[in-house]
Amino acid sequence: MTTLTYQIRASYAFVERNINLIKRYWSWELVWLVYSIADSLAVSFIGLGVGKLGGGNPSTADTNYLVIYLLIGTLVWRFLSTIFYWITNLIGIERWEGTIEYTLMAPVRRITHMAGQTFFAISYSLFFTGMVLLATALVFKIDLSKANLLGGTLMLLAGSFSFVGIGVMASVLPLLFPERGEQMTHVFIALLLLVSGIYYPVDVLPPVLQKLAVLSPATYVLEGTRRTLLEGLPTWDLWQYIWPVLLMGAVLIPSGLWVFSMAERYAKKTGKLHRNG
Amino acid sequence: MTTAIIVNEVYKKFGKSELPFWRRIFGHTNGNGSNGNGHNGHNGNGAKAAEKSKVVVAVDKVSFTVGTGEIFGVLGPNGGGKSTLIRLISTLLLPDQGSISVFGYDVVRQSMAVQQIINRVSVEASFFKKLSPMENLLYGARLYGQDGAETRKKVVDILTRLGLEKRAIYNPMEEMSRGMQQKVAIARALLTKPHLLLLDEPTTGLDPRSKREVQAVVREMREKSGTTILLTTHDMVEADQLCDRIAIMNSGKVIALDTPAELKKLIPPKDGQETTLEDVFIELTGKKLVNEEEETV
Repeated sequence: MTTLTYQIRASYAFVERNINLIKRYWSWELVWLVYSIADSLAVSFIGLGVGKLGGGNPSTADTNYLVIYLLIGTLVWRFLSTIFYWITNLIGIERWEGTIEYTLMAPVRRITHMAGQTFFAISYSLFFTGMVLLATALVFKIDLSKANLLGGTLMLLAGSFSFVGIGVMASVLPLLFPERGEQMTHVFIALLLLVSGIYYPVDVLPPVLQKLAVLSPATYVLEGTRRTLLEGLPTWDLWQYIWPVLLMGAVLIPSGLWVFSMAERYAKKTGKLHRNG
Repeated sequence: MTTAIIVNEVYKKFGKSELPFWRRIFGHTNGNGSNGNGHNGHNGNGAKAAEKSKVVVAVDKVSFTVGTGEIFGVLGPNGGGKSTLIRLISTLLLPDQGSISVFGYDVVRQSMAVQQIINRVSVEASFFKKLSPMENLLYGARLYGQDGAETRKKVVDILTRLGLEKRAIYNPMEEMSRGMQQKVAIARALLTKPHLLLLDEPTTGLDPRSKREVQAVVREMREKSGTTILLTTHDMVEADQLCDRIAIMNSGKVIALDTPAELKKLIPPKDGQETTLEDVFIELTGKKLVNEEEETV
Protein backbone atom coordinates (compact mmCIF):
# COMPACT_ATOMS: atom_id res chain seq x y z
CA MET A 1 0.00 0.00 0.00
CA THR A 2 1.40 3.42 -0.94
CA THR A 3 1.77 6.14 1.64
CA LEU A 4 -0.81 8.19 -0.25
CA THR A 5 -3.44 5.39 -0.16
CA TYR A 6 -2.67 4.89 3.52
CA GLN A 7 -3.11 8.57 4.33
CA ILE A 8 -6.29 8.90 2.19
CA ARG A 9 -7.85 5.96 4.04
CA ALA A 10 -6.80 7.47 7.36
CA SER A 11 -8.23 10.82 6.31
CA TYR A 12 -11.53 9.18 5.36
CA ALA A 13 -11.68 7.67 8.86
CA PHE A 14 -12.53 11.11 10.25
CA VAL A 15 -15.15 11.82 7.57
CA GLU A 16 -16.89 8.48 8.14
CA ARG A 17 -16.69 8.79 11.92
CA ASN A 18 -18.27 12.25 11.84
CA ILE A 19 -21.07 11.07 9.54
CA ASN A 20 -21.74 8.18 11.95
CA LEU A 21 -21.71 10.57 14.91
CA ILE A 22 -24.23 12.83 13.19
CA LYS A 23 -26.48 9.85 12.49
CA ARG A 24 -26.32 8.77 16.12
CA TYR A 25 -26.73 12.29 17.49
CA TRP A 26 -29.42 13.20 14.89
CA SER A 27 -31.77 14.63 17.52
CA TRP A 28 -29.11 17.09 18.66
CA GLU A 29 -28.45 18.12 15.05
CA LEU A 30 -32.18 18.68 14.58
CA VAL A 31 -32.31 20.89 17.69
CA TRP A 32 -29.31 22.84 16.42
CA LEU A 33 -30.96 23.27 13.01
CA VAL A 34 -34.16 24.61 14.58
CA TYR A 35 -32.09 26.98 16.73
CA SER A 36 -30.14 28.19 13.68
CA ILE A 37 -33.29 28.79 11.64
CA ALA A 38 -34.94 30.67 14.51
CA ASP A 39 -31.77 32.73 15.02
CA SER A 40 -31.56 33.67 11.32
CA LEU A 41 -35.25 34.59 11.23
CA ALA A 42 -35.07 36.64 14.43
CA VAL A 43 -32.15 38.72 13.17
CA SER A 44 -33.68 39.15 9.71
CA PHE A 45 -36.98 40.38 11.19
CA ILE A 46 -35.05 43.37 12.51
CA GLY A 47 -34.89 44.48 8.86
CA LEU A 48 -38.67 44.40 8.60
CA GLY A 49 -39.04 46.21 11.92
CA VAL A 50 -36.76 49.11 11.02
CA GLY A 51 -39.63 50.99 9.38
CA LYS A 52 -41.52 51.06 12.68
CA LEU A 53 -38.54 52.13 14.75
CA GLY A 54 -37.46 55.73 15.36
CA GLY A 55 -40.45 57.11 17.27
CA GLY A 56 -43.07 56.21 14.69
CA ASN A 57 -41.50 58.21 11.83
CA PRO A 58 -41.65 56.30 8.60
CA SER A 59 -38.23 55.09 7.70
CA THR A 60 -36.73 55.57 4.29
CA ALA A 61 -34.81 52.33 4.59
CA ASP A 62 -35.27 49.68 1.90
CA THR A 63 -36.59 46.89 4.11
CA ASN A 64 -36.18 44.18 1.46
CA TYR A 65 -32.52 45.12 1.11
CA LEU A 66 -32.12 45.20 4.90
CA VAL A 67 -33.71 41.77 5.37
CA ILE A 68 -31.42 40.22 2.76
CA TYR A 69 -28.43 42.10 4.19
CA LEU A 70 -29.08 40.65 7.64
CA LEU A 71 -30.00 37.22 6.30
CA ILE A 72 -26.75 36.98 4.37
CA GLY A 73 -24.94 37.99 7.57
CA THR A 74 -26.58 35.20 9.56
CA LEU A 75 -26.09 32.57 6.83
CA VAL A 76 -22.44 33.41 6.16
CA TRP A 77 -21.79 33.48 9.87
CA ARG A 78 -23.56 30.13 10.35
CA PHE A 79 -21.42 28.64 7.57
CA LEU A 80 -18.11 29.96 8.89
CA SER A 81 -18.83 29.28 12.55
CA THR A 82 -19.99 25.70 11.78
CA ILE A 83 -16.65 25.09 10.05
CA PHE A 84 -14.83 26.63 13.00
CA TYR A 85 -16.62 24.46 15.55
CA TRP A 86 -16.14 21.24 13.58
CA ILE A 87 -12.44 21.97 13.27
CA THR A 88 -12.03 22.79 16.97
CA ASN A 89 -14.02 19.62 17.63
CA LEU A 90 -10.97 17.79 16.32
CA ILE A 91 -9.86 17.54 19.92
CA GLY A 92 -12.97 18.58 21.85
CA ILE A 93 -15.02 15.55 20.87
CA GLU A 94 -12.12 13.19 21.60
CA ARG A 95 -11.77 14.73 25.05
CA TRP A 96 -15.49 14.29 25.63
CA GLU A 97 -15.47 10.65 24.54
CA GLY A 98 -12.09 9.79 26.07
CA THR A 99 -10.66 8.54 22.77
CA ILE A 100 -7.93 11.14 22.34
CA GLU A 101 -5.06 8.79 23.21
CA TYR A 102 -6.17 6.23 20.62
CA THR A 103 -6.46 8.79 17.86
CA LEU A 104 -3.15 10.49 18.64
CA MET A 105 -1.40 7.12 18.99
CA ALA A 106 -2.41 6.07 15.47
CA PRO A 107 0.15 6.42 12.66
CA VAL A 108 -1.62 9.39 11.11
CA ARG A 109 0.08 12.60 10.09
CA ARG A 110 -1.57 15.65 11.62
CA ILE A 111 -2.10 17.14 8.16
CA THR A 112 -4.02 13.98 7.19
CA HIS A 113 -6.07 14.30 10.35
CA MET A 114 -6.86 17.96 9.56
CA ALA A 115 -7.60 17.22 5.87
CA GLY A 116 -10.28 14.67 6.77
CA GLN A 117 -11.83 16.95 9.36
CA THR A 118 -11.69 19.95 6.99
CA PHE A 119 -13.33 18.08 4.11
CA PHE A 120 -16.13 17.01 6.42
CA ALA A 121 -16.47 20.44 8.08
CA ILE A 122 -16.82 22.33 4.77
CA SER A 123 -19.23 19.79 3.24
CA TYR A 124 -21.42 19.59 6.32
CA SER A 125 -21.44 23.37 6.81
CA LEU A 126 -22.58 23.87 3.20
CA PHE A 127 -25.37 21.33 3.70
CA PHE A 128 -26.40 22.78 7.07
CA THR A 129 -26.39 26.38 5.83
CA GLY A 130 -28.35 25.29 2.76
CA MET A 131 -31.05 23.85 5.04
CA VAL A 132 -31.24 27.13 7.00
CA LEU A 133 -31.45 29.08 3.72
CA LEU A 134 -34.30 26.88 2.48
CA ALA A 135 -36.26 27.37 5.70
CA THR A 136 -35.77 31.15 5.78
CA ALA A 137 -36.66 31.43 2.07
CA LEU A 138 -40.10 30.03 2.96
CA VAL A 139 -40.69 32.94 5.36
CA PHE A 140 -39.23 35.91 3.49
CA LYS A 141 -39.98 36.73 -0.12
CA ILE A 142 -36.37 37.11 -1.09
CA ASP A 143 -35.65 38.81 -4.37
CA LEU A 144 -32.49 37.20 -5.67
CA SER A 145 -33.06 38.18 -9.30
CA LYS A 146 -29.83 40.20 -9.35
CA ALA A 147 -27.86 37.65 -7.32
CA ASN A 148 -24.73 35.92 -8.60
CA LEU A 149 -25.20 32.61 -6.73
CA LEU A 150 -22.10 30.96 -8.20
CA GLY A 151 -19.95 33.89 -7.09
CA GLY A 152 -21.47 33.77 -3.60
CA THR A 153 -20.69 30.06 -3.25
CA LEU A 154 -17.16 30.61 -4.55
CA MET A 155 -16.63 33.39 -2.02
CA LEU A 156 -17.83 31.15 0.83
CA LEU A 157 -15.54 28.30 -0.18
CA ALA A 158 -12.53 30.59 -0.52
CA GLY A 159 -13.19 32.07 2.91
CA SER A 160 -13.63 28.68 4.54
CA PHE A 161 -9.91 27.88 4.36
CA SER A 162 -8.90 30.80 6.55
CA PHE A 163 -11.50 29.67 9.10
CA VAL A 164 -9.99 26.20 9.02
CA GLY A 165 -6.65 27.79 9.98
CA ILE A 166 -8.25 29.71 12.86
CA GLY A 167 -10.08 26.54 13.94
CA VAL A 168 -6.87 24.50 14.00
CA MET A 169 -5.24 27.15 16.19
CA ALA A 170 -8.24 27.22 18.52
CA SER A 171 -8.29 23.42 18.74
CA VAL A 172 -5.09 23.51 20.80
CA LEU A 173 -7.12 24.96 23.70
CA PRO A 174 -8.96 21.68 24.46
CA LEU A 175 -5.62 19.93 24.03
CA LEU A 176 -3.87 22.11 26.61
CA PHE A 177 -6.78 22.77 28.95
CA PRO A 178 -8.74 19.50 29.27
CA GLU A 179 -11.45 20.87 31.55
CA ARG A 180 -12.31 24.27 30.05
CA GLY A 181 -10.45 24.36 26.74
CA GLU A 182 -13.50 23.78 24.60
CA GLN A 183 -15.40 26.66 26.19
CA MET A 184 -12.36 28.91 25.69
CA THR A 185 -12.63 28.53 21.90
CA HIS A 186 -15.78 30.68 22.00
CA VAL A 187 -13.62 33.75 22.52
CA PHE A 188 -12.26 33.44 18.97
CA ILE A 189 -15.71 33.34 17.46
CA ALA A 190 -17.01 36.19 19.67
CA LEU A 191 -14.20 38.53 18.63
CA LEU A 192 -14.66 37.73 14.94
CA LEU A 193 -18.40 38.31 15.31
CA LEU A 194 -17.74 41.74 16.81
CA VAL A 195 -15.31 43.09 14.22
CA SER A 196 -16.33 41.42 10.95
CA GLY A 197 -19.54 43.31 10.19
CA ILE A 198 -21.92 40.39 10.35
CA TYR A 199 -25.01 42.48 11.10
CA TYR A 200 -23.74 46.00 10.34
CA PRO A 201 -21.28 47.72 7.99
CA VAL A 202 -17.75 47.71 9.38
CA ASP A 203 -17.51 51.53 9.06
CA VAL A 204 -19.96 52.03 11.97
CA LEU A 205 -17.35 50.53 14.30
CA PRO A 206 -14.90 52.65 16.34
CA PRO A 207 -11.59 53.23 14.46
CA VAL A 208 -9.69 50.66 16.55
CA LEU A 209 -12.18 47.91 15.77
CA GLN A 210 -12.21 48.92 12.09
CA LYS A 211 -8.47 48.26 12.02
CA LEU A 212 -9.05 44.81 13.52
CA ALA A 213 -11.78 44.15 10.93
CA VAL A 214 -9.11 44.31 8.21
CA LEU A 215 -7.47 41.27 9.81
CA SER A 216 -10.66 39.19 9.96
CA PRO A 217 -11.28 36.90 6.98
CA ALA A 218 -15.02 37.06 7.71
CA THR A 219 -15.01 40.78 6.78
CA TYR A 220 -14.01 39.96 3.19
CA VAL A 221 -16.27 36.92 2.93
CA LEU A 222 -19.28 38.95 4.06
CA GLU A 223 -18.54 41.93 1.86
CA GLY A 224 -17.90 39.71 -1.15
CA THR A 225 -20.98 37.54 -0.58
CA ARG A 226 -23.23 40.56 -0.04
CA ARG A 227 -22.05 42.26 -3.21
CA THR A 228 -22.56 39.11 -5.29
CA LEU A 229 -26.01 38.38 -3.87
CA LEU A 230 -27.36 41.91 -3.43
CA GLU A 231 -25.72 43.71 -6.35
CA GLY A 232 -24.90 40.79 -8.65
CA LEU A 233 -21.17 41.53 -8.67
CA PRO A 234 -19.64 39.40 -11.45
CA THR A 235 -17.46 36.47 -10.36
CA TRP A 236 -14.28 37.90 -11.90
CA ASP A 237 -14.70 41.12 -9.86
CA LEU A 238 -14.69 39.03 -6.66
CA TRP A 239 -10.91 38.69 -6.78
CA GLN A 240 -10.50 41.81 -4.59
CA TYR A 241 -12.23 39.86 -1.79
CA ILE A 242 -10.90 36.42 -2.61
CA TRP A 243 -7.16 37.09 -2.59
CA PRO A 244 -7.06 38.44 1.00
CA VAL A 245 -8.88 35.35 2.35
CA LEU A 246 -6.74 32.97 0.32
CA LEU A 247 -3.63 34.74 1.60
CA MET A 248 -4.92 34.50 5.18
CA GLY A 249 -5.67 30.79 4.66
CA ALA A 250 -2.18 30.24 3.23
CA VAL A 251 -0.70 31.78 6.38
CA LEU A 252 -3.19 30.51 8.98
CA ILE A 253 -3.34 26.81 7.98
CA PRO A 254 0.43 26.12 8.15
CA SER A 255 0.68 28.31 11.26
CA GLY A 256 -2.20 26.41 12.83
CA LEU A 257 -0.54 23.08 12.08
CA TRP A 258 2.71 24.31 13.58
CA VAL A 259 0.97 25.61 16.72
CA PHE A 260 -0.90 22.31 17.00
CA SER A 261 2.30 20.26 16.70
CA MET A 262 3.92 22.36 19.43
CA ALA A 263 0.86 21.95 21.66
CA GLU A 264 0.78 18.19 21.04
CA ARG A 265 4.43 17.94 22.00
CA TYR A 266 3.78 19.97 25.16
CA ALA A 267 0.78 17.75 26.03
CA LYS A 268 2.94 14.64 25.59
CA LYS A 269 5.66 16.19 27.72
CA THR A 270 3.33 17.13 30.56
CA GLY A 271 0.93 14.20 30.40
CA LYS A 272 -2.13 16.25 29.43
CA LEU A 273 -3.40 13.73 26.88
CA HIS A 274 -4.42 11.36 29.63
CA ARG A 275 -6.81 13.67 31.44
CA ASN A 276 -10.28 13.72 29.98
CA GLY A 277 -12.30 16.87 30.39
CA MET B 1 15.59 -14.30 20.34
CA THR B 2 15.80 -10.78 18.86
CA THR B 3 15.00 -7.74 20.93
CA ALA B 4 11.59 -6.12 20.59
CA ILE B 5 11.81 -3.38 23.23
CA ILE B 6 14.81 -1.69 24.79
CA VAL B 7 14.02 0.60 27.70
CA ASN B 8 17.16 2.41 28.73
CA GLU B 9 17.43 4.55 31.90
CA VAL B 10 13.99 6.08 31.32
CA TYR B 11 12.95 8.84 33.69
CA LYS B 12 9.61 10.64 33.70
CA LYS B 13 8.29 13.15 36.17
CA PHE B 14 5.07 15.15 36.25
CA GLY B 15 4.14 18.50 37.75
CA LYS B 16 6.35 21.46 38.44
CA SER B 17 7.91 23.10 41.39
CA GLU B 18 5.89 25.89 42.93
CA LEU B 19 9.10 27.61 44.01
CA PRO B 20 9.97 30.79 42.13
CA PHE B 21 12.48 30.22 39.35
CA TRP B 22 15.28 32.13 41.08
CA ARG B 23 15.10 29.82 44.09
CA ARG B 24 15.24 26.81 41.80
CA ILE B 25 18.18 28.30 39.88
CA PHE B 26 20.15 29.18 43.02
CA GLY B 27 19.99 25.66 44.37
CA HIS B 28 17.41 25.67 47.12
CA THR B 29 16.37 22.21 45.91
CA ASN B 30 18.14 19.46 44.05
CA GLY B 31 15.51 19.65 41.31
CA ASN B 32 15.45 15.95 40.51
CA GLY B 33 13.16 14.48 43.08
CA SER B 34 13.27 11.19 44.86
CA ASN B 35 10.44 9.02 43.68
CA GLY B 36 6.82 8.73 42.81
CA ASN B 37 3.71 7.05 44.06
CA GLY B 38 2.27 10.34 45.16
CA HIS B 39 5.32 11.48 47.04
CA ASN B 40 6.87 14.85 46.50
CA GLY B 41 9.91 14.64 44.37
CA HIS B 42 12.12 17.27 45.97
CA ASN B 43 14.19 16.33 48.87
CA GLY B 44 17.34 17.30 50.60
CA ASN B 45 16.84 20.97 51.41
CA GLY B 46 14.21 20.96 54.02
CA ALA B 47 10.53 20.37 54.45
CA LYS B 48 9.61 23.82 53.14
CA ALA B 49 10.98 23.06 49.71
CA ALA B 50 9.20 19.71 49.62
CA GLU B 51 5.93 21.31 50.67
CA LYS B 52 6.12 23.77 47.80
CA SER B 53 6.82 21.10 45.22
CA LYS B 54 4.25 19.13 43.25
CA VAL B 55 6.74 17.03 41.35
CA VAL B 56 5.90 13.33 41.07
CA VAL B 57 8.48 10.95 39.64
CA ALA B 58 6.44 8.31 37.83
CA VAL B 59 9.26 6.35 36.17
CA ASP B 60 12.67 6.49 37.76
CA LYS B 61 15.67 5.36 35.67
CA VAL B 62 13.99 2.18 34.45
CA SER B 63 15.89 -0.20 32.15
CA PHE B 64 14.94 -3.59 30.70
CA THR B 65 14.66 -5.40 27.39
CA VAL B 66 11.87 -7.54 25.99
CA GLY B 67 12.51 -10.28 23.44
CA THR B 68 10.49 -10.75 20.26
CA GLY B 69 7.48 -12.98 20.91
CA GLU B 70 7.87 -12.69 24.68
CA ILE B 71 4.99 -12.02 27.06
CA PHE B 72 6.50 -9.59 29.52
CA GLY B 73 4.57 -8.67 32.63
CA VAL B 74 4.82 -5.52 34.71
CA LEU B 75 3.41 -5.74 38.22
CA GLY B 76 3.10 -2.92 40.65
CA PRO B 77 0.81 -1.12 43.06
CA ASN B 78 -1.44 1.73 41.91
CA GLY B 79 0.73 4.73 41.16
CA GLY B 80 3.77 2.49 40.71
CA GLY B 81 4.44 3.82 37.20
CA LYS B 82 3.15 0.93 35.08
CA SER B 83 0.69 2.93 32.98
CA THR B 84 3.19 5.76 32.54
CA LEU B 85 5.69 3.24 31.23
CA ILE B 86 3.14 1.93 28.72
CA ARG B 87 2.29 5.47 27.61
CA LEU B 88 5.99 6.19 27.09
CA ILE B 89 6.38 3.10 24.90
CA SER B 90 3.22 3.91 22.97
CA THR B 91 4.45 7.47 22.07
CA LEU B 92 1.77 9.17 24.17
CA LEU B 93 4.33 10.60 26.56
CA LEU B 94 7.84 11.91 26.00
CA PRO B 95 10.53 10.72 28.41
CA ASP B 96 12.47 13.39 30.34
CA GLN B 97 15.61 11.26 30.21
CA GLY B 98 16.66 7.96 28.70
CA SER B 99 15.49 6.22 25.55
CA ILE B 100 13.05 3.57 24.37
CA SER B 101 13.25 1.68 21.11
CA VAL B 102 10.66 -0.67 19.64
CA PHE B 103 11.97 -3.09 17.02
CA GLY B 104 14.88 -0.70 16.47
CA TYR B 105 12.78 2.46 16.14
CA ASP B 106 13.18 5.25 18.66
CA VAL B 107 9.81 6.19 20.18
CA VAL B 108 10.59 9.92 20.12
CA ARG B 109 12.50 10.39 16.86
CA GLN B 110 10.70 7.71 14.82
CA SER B 111 7.31 7.81 16.47
CA MET B 112 5.34 7.23 13.25
CA ALA B 113 7.29 4.02 12.51
CA VAL B 114 6.65 2.83 16.07
CA GLN B 115 2.93 3.68 15.87
CA GLN B 116 2.56 1.51 12.75
CA ILE B 117 3.68 -1.65 14.56
CA ILE B 118 2.14 -1.24 18.00
CA ASN B 119 -1.29 -1.10 19.54
CA ARG B 120 -2.55 -0.69 23.05
CA VAL B 121 -5.47 -1.83 25.18
CA SER B 122 -5.96 0.24 28.30
CA VAL B 123 -7.93 -0.33 31.45
CA GLU B 124 -10.54 2.18 30.27
CA ALA B 125 -12.19 0.89 27.10
CA SER B 126 -12.24 4.29 25.37
CA PHE B 127 -14.78 4.51 22.58
CA PHE B 128 -17.30 6.82 20.98
CA LYS B 129 -20.12 5.65 23.21
CA LYS B 130 -23.01 6.36 20.84
CA LEU B 131 -21.29 4.51 18.00
CA SER B 132 -21.55 0.76 17.61
CA PRO B 133 -18.57 -1.61 17.91
CA MET B 134 -18.62 -1.91 14.11
CA GLU B 135 -18.46 1.89 13.66
CA ASN B 136 -15.76 2.28 16.31
CA LEU B 137 -13.62 -0.52 14.92
CA LEU B 138 -14.01 0.73 11.34
CA TYR B 139 -12.72 4.10 12.52
CA GLY B 140 -9.83 2.47 14.37
CA ALA B 141 -8.88 0.23 11.44
CA ARG B 142 -9.02 3.04 8.88
CA LEU B 143 -6.58 5.05 11.00
CA TYR B 144 -4.16 2.19 10.34
CA GLY B 145 -4.84 2.35 6.60
CA GLN B 146 -7.09 -0.70 6.43
CA ASP B 147 -9.75 -1.30 3.81
CA GLY B 148 -13.39 -0.86 4.90
CA ALA B 149 -14.99 -3.97 3.34
CA GLU B 150 -12.28 -6.29 4.63
CA THR B 151 -12.44 -4.70 8.07
CA ARG B 152 -16.21 -5.25 8.30
CA LYS B 153 -15.73 -8.99 7.78
CA LYS B 154 -12.85 -9.15 10.26
CA VAL B 155 -14.83 -7.24 12.91
CA VAL B 156 -17.65 -9.80 12.81
CA ASP B 157 -15.16 -12.70 12.90
CA ILE B 158 -13.12 -11.37 15.80
CA LEU B 159 -16.02 -10.17 17.92
CA THR B 160 -18.06 -13.34 17.56
CA ARG B 161 -14.92 -15.34 18.44
CA LEU B 162 -14.62 -13.18 21.56
CA GLY B 163 -18.16 -14.12 22.50
CA LEU B 164 -20.18 -11.10 21.35
CA GLU B 165 -23.59 -11.67 19.85
CA LYS B 166 -23.86 -10.51 16.24
CA ARG B 167 -26.71 -8.16 17.19
CA ALA B 168 -24.51 -6.35 19.71
CA ILE B 169 -21.97 -5.47 17.02
CA TYR B 170 -24.39 -2.92 15.56
CA ASN B 171 -25.77 -1.45 18.79
CA PRO B 172 -24.26 1.59 20.57
CA MET B 173 -21.30 0.83 22.84
CA GLU B 174 -23.06 2.53 25.76
CA GLU B 175 -25.55 -0.35 25.85
CA MET B 176 -22.79 -2.89 26.49
CA SER B 177 -21.33 -4.12 29.77
CA ARG B 178 -17.78 -3.17 30.72
CA GLY B 179 -16.59 -6.68 30.00
CA MET B 180 -18.06 -6.56 26.50
CA GLN B 181 -16.55 -3.13 25.90
CA GLN B 182 -13.16 -4.46 26.94
CA LYS B 183 -13.48 -7.28 24.41
CA VAL B 184 -14.19 -4.70 21.71
CA ALA B 185 -11.07 -2.84 22.84
CA ILE B 186 -9.06 -6.03 22.40
CA ALA B 187 -10.62 -6.57 18.97
CA ARG B 188 -9.59 -3.03 18.00
CA ALA B 189 -5.98 -3.90 18.76
CA LEU B 190 -6.15 -7.30 17.04
CA LEU B 191 -7.50 -5.76 13.83
CA THR B 192 -4.25 -3.89 13.18
CA LYS B 193 -2.08 -7.01 13.67
CA PRO B 194 0.50 -5.24 15.85
CA HIS B 195 4.03 -6.58 16.29
CA LEU B 196 3.93 -5.26 19.83
CA LEU B 197 0.74 -5.27 21.88
CA LEU B 198 0.65 -3.16 25.03
CA LEU B 199 -1.97 -4.41 27.46
CA ASP B 200 -2.58 -2.08 30.39
CA GLU B 201 -4.64 -4.06 32.90
CA PRO B 202 -6.84 -5.54 30.15
CA THR B 203 -8.74 -7.90 32.45
CA THR B 204 -9.39 -5.54 35.36
CA GLY B 205 -13.09 -5.59 36.17
CA LEU B 206 -13.90 -8.58 33.97
CA ASP B 207 -15.78 -11.64 35.21
CA PRO B 208 -13.75 -14.89 35.44
CA ARG B 209 -15.09 -16.24 32.17
CA SER B 210 -14.33 -13.06 30.20
CA LYS B 211 -10.92 -12.97 31.86
CA ARG B 212 -10.14 -16.46 30.57
CA GLU B 213 -11.34 -15.59 27.08
CA VAL B 214 -9.07 -12.55 26.99
CA GLN B 215 -6.13 -14.56 28.31
CA ALA B 216 -6.73 -17.21 25.63
CA VAL B 217 -6.64 -14.50 22.94
CA VAL B 218 -3.35 -13.18 24.34
CA ARG B 219 -1.78 -16.64 24.20
CA GLU B 220 -3.13 -17.23 20.70
CA MET B 221 -1.66 -13.95 19.46
CA ARG B 222 1.76 -14.96 20.65
CA GLU B 223 1.52 -18.52 19.38
CA LYS B 224 -0.02 -17.84 15.96
CA SER B 225 1.40 -14.41 15.08
CA GLY B 226 4.50 -14.23 17.25
CA THR B 227 3.25 -10.96 18.73
CA THR B 228 5.33 -9.50 21.52
CA ILE B 229 3.16 -8.59 24.47
CA LEU B 230 3.81 -6.23 27.34
CA LEU B 231 1.17 -6.71 30.00
CA THR B 232 0.48 -4.82 33.20
CA THR B 233 -1.87 -6.46 35.65
CA HIS B 234 -2.99 -6.62 39.23
CA ASP B 235 -3.86 -10.27 38.86
CA MET B 236 -0.95 -12.32 40.17
CA VAL B 237 -2.36 -15.62 38.91
CA GLU B 238 -2.76 -14.12 35.46
CA ALA B 239 0.81 -12.83 35.51
CA ASP B 240 2.10 -16.20 36.70
CA GLN B 241 0.25 -18.13 33.99
CA LEU B 242 0.78 -15.78 31.05
CA CYS B 243 4.14 -14.10 31.44
CA ASP B 244 7.55 -15.40 30.47
CA ARG B 245 9.20 -12.77 32.64
CA ILE B 246 7.89 -10.24 35.12
CA ALA B 247 9.19 -6.88 36.29
CA ILE B 248 7.92 -5.65 39.65
CA MET B 249 7.70 -1.86 39.83
CA ASN B 250 7.35 0.23 42.92
CA SER B 251 7.55 4.01 43.22
CA GLY B 252 8.63 4.24 39.60
CA LYS B 253 11.55 1.81 39.92
CA VAL B 254 11.97 -1.78 38.80
CA ILE B 255 12.75 -3.61 42.01
CA ALA B 256 12.84 -7.16 40.62
CA LEU B 257 12.85 -8.75 37.18
CA ASP B 258 12.89 -12.46 36.39
CA THR B 259 10.78 -15.44 35.37
CA PRO B 260 7.83 -16.15 37.68
CA ALA B 261 9.61 -19.27 38.96
CA GLU B 262 12.81 -17.40 39.78
CA LEU B 263 10.92 -14.55 41.42
CA LYS B 264 9.18 -17.05 43.71
CA LYS B 265 12.57 -18.40 44.78
CA LEU B 266 13.37 -14.95 46.25
CA ILE B 267 11.04 -15.64 49.17
CA PRO B 268 11.33 -18.81 51.24
CA PRO B 269 8.10 -20.79 51.73
CA LYS B 270 6.23 -20.05 54.96
CA ASP B 271 4.32 -22.64 57.03
CA GLY B 272 4.99 -25.27 54.39
CA GLN B 273 2.98 -23.29 51.81
CA GLU B 274 4.45 -22.79 48.36
CA THR B 275 5.50 -19.19 47.69
CA THR B 276 3.14 -17.34 45.41
CA LEU B 277 3.82 -14.28 43.28
CA GLU B 278 1.62 -12.34 45.66
CA ASP B 279 3.96 -13.25 48.56
CA VAL B 280 6.89 -12.00 46.49
CA PHE B 281 5.06 -8.82 45.59
CA ILE B 282 4.08 -8.02 49.18
CA GLU B 283 7.55 -8.82 50.46
CA LEU B 284 9.30 -6.65 47.88
CA THR B 285 6.95 -3.69 47.81
CA GLY B 286 5.74 -3.81 51.39
CA LYS B 287 2.25 -3.26 49.97
CA LYS B 288 -0.84 -5.32 49.51
CA LEU B 289 -2.49 -5.33 46.13
CA VAL B 290 -5.19 -2.77 45.64
CA ASN B 291 -7.79 -3.88 43.19
CA GLU B 292 -8.87 -0.50 42.01
CA GLU B 293 -10.18 -0.11 38.52
CA GLU B 294 -7.73 2.52 37.48
CA GLU B 295 -4.28 3.69 38.15
CA THR B 296 -3.92 7.39 38.63
CA VAL B 297 -0.32 7.88 37.51
